[in-house]
Amino acid sequence: MSSPTTASAVARGVAGEMVVSSPGRLASRWTPWLFLLAPLLLLAVFTWVPVANLFFYSVTDWDGVSPDRSLVGLANYRELVTRPELFRVFLVSGYYLAASVVQLVLALYLATVLSFKTRFRNLFKGIIFFPYLINGVAIAFVFLFFFKPGGTLDSLLALVGISHDRLWLGDPALANPSLAAVSVWRYLGLNFILFLGAIQSVPGSLYEAAELDGATRWQQFRYLIAPSIKPILGLSVILAISGSLAVFEIPFIMTGGAGGTTTFVIQTVKQAFVFNKVGLASAASVVLLALVLLITWIQRRIVPDERVDLT
Amino acid sequence: MTTVSSTPTPSSSARPTPPRVTYAARPESPRRPTPRWVRWSVTTGKYLSLVAVSLAMVVPLVVVVFTSLKTHEEAAVSNPLSPPHDWFNLHNYAVAFTDGRMLPAFLNTTFILVISVVGNIIVGSMAAYAIDRFEFRFKKLVLVLFLLATLVPSVTTQVATFQVIDTLGLFNTRWSAIALYMGTDILSIYIFLQFIRGIPVSLDESARLDGASSFTIYRRIILPLLRPAIATVVIIKGIFVYNDFYVPFLYMPSSDLGVVSTSLFRFKGPFGAQWEAISAGAILVILPTLAVFLALQRLIYNGMTSGSTK
Repeated sequence: MSSPTTASAVARGVAGEMVVSSPGRLASRWTPWLFLLAPLLLLAVFTWVPVANLFFYSVTDWDGVSPDRSLVGLANYRELVTRPELFRVFLVSGYYLAASVVQLVLALYLATVLSFKTRFRNLFKGIIFFPYLINGVAIAFVFLFFFKPGGTLDSLLALVGISHDRLWLGDPALANPSLAAVSVWRYLGLNFILFLGAIQSVPGSLYEAAELDGATRWQQFRYLIAPSIKPILGLSVILAISGSLAVFEIPFIMTGGAGGTTTFVIQTVKQAFVFNKVGLASAASVVLLALVLLITWIQRRIVPDERVDLT
Repeated sequence: MTTVSSTPTPSSSARPTPPRVTYAARPESPRRPTPRWVRWSVTTGKYLSLVAVSLAMVVPLVVVVFTSLKTHEEAAVSNPLSPPHDWFNLHNYAVAFTDGRMLPAFLNTTFILVISVVGNIIVGSMAAYAIDRFEFRFKKLVLVLFLLATLVPSVTTQVATFQVIDTLGLFNTRWSAIALYMGTDILSIYIFLQFIRGIPVSLDESARLDGASSFTIYRRIILPLLRPAIATVVIIKGIFVYNDFYVPFLYMPSSDLGVVSTSLFRFKGPFGAQWEAISAGAILVILPTLAVFLALQRLIYNGMTSGSTK
């Protein structure tokens, strides 16, 4: 890796000497920074300044509007752990986490099945993937109709003879599983297409060779498919965990957080922008950020990621 | 079978082992044929499961399409699963389009989408060019800053991001969304970085020998060769911006600034129980996505796989 870089450096030096009108040494030293000016500025203003501010706000009692705010130390964090109703939202994430296990297994099955020769393969592929592309508000409306009393689900159940209507979104025992099911419907296609892409990146000749050697379908899965999807599986698990902590759209639009369906993000948004408790909301965000980073770190330890080296 | 001895005693069951070992060790062992009924049931199970999943995906949508074509009375009394009487009753679509303020919504979304996607491409490709083609001090630090930023989910920092947008005077303008879509997405930098490595450095060098400046090289050589990566970014970013609800909902509360998601969301308020109108609104928002998907299927699949593997 080092030889091409030095070669190009030499070439550049030679060019600088030969072409008289080329910019001087000072200018060329600044060239990369000119290209990085806009990206770094955006990165700083919209990622690093907010992160730094978040930590600062989390130790104040700021309401987000008034000019004065005072440092309160760890009081916000203490409030977070001592008020159980604030911690409840993490239990709600559990439903989405469980749903994403179902989602990953189902996606893996579908990707494996469709990587073999199948009739109407492209049609199945398109049908399974398309929901992922649909606007979240539209999905929420489709499933409000699906779950409403006398809606799609109740009518389908009536077809098979089960005919007492339930409040799928109103009953606290059913609301979270129903919403988590919508999440599976929405994101299954993404996992499926990622797995399928990984499986198909294995050259077809390998499958043919395995077939000739008499490998069963299970052996093909175990020794050819499984290794090829390992990196993407690791990524999907991370996305599933951080995604289940950051659920917002579907429950916010469908139930508004009623009936015990408030998620972490709904709660934080309400605290910051409805109850003007920016300090407390920031402390909660810091906790979430720390959790996501911890999970990512653990994943990187378990599945070493060779793609990270960028130099 | 390998009945060597003719005595059918219970102990004979242990005997066939030696001949079987030699049999299995022979290199040209013919494949054990799977019984036909096993194959048949595996195939049937496979297609049954595929059809079941497909129905689960399609039925909720089809029912909403049905409802969107029904009259108000029809929607109120008929079974949701029954098709509409008149397949060309587009009245609800007209209501959703005008009362849902869909035309300004599509215009707002298009405006935000075009500017933020173009900006994202310029910013991302410039950063990738600088990082891949130059040696400079603090290069490692710059890389780490970009890398760590991918790990920070933007929902977690929204409380503080809001203050930044407010301080910049962007709150309740289209520029708030544009700035956030451009500034908080680092993914495109990785897509470009991955791709730019495949462009031979010798191309840059020969251009430099011809007297081309760094900017000319970026503009005339790198950017045109990045076209496949640009397609990926356009697809991933485009889908994200069109579907995003969180950012416009939080930063653009004015009803004049409604984008597709927020306008659809607000449409439900006054039309609370008129499911035929709400259904038409939802389908109206889904249709452009379906059209784009059918037209660009292959590109979208490729974009998804190359985008998320970084």
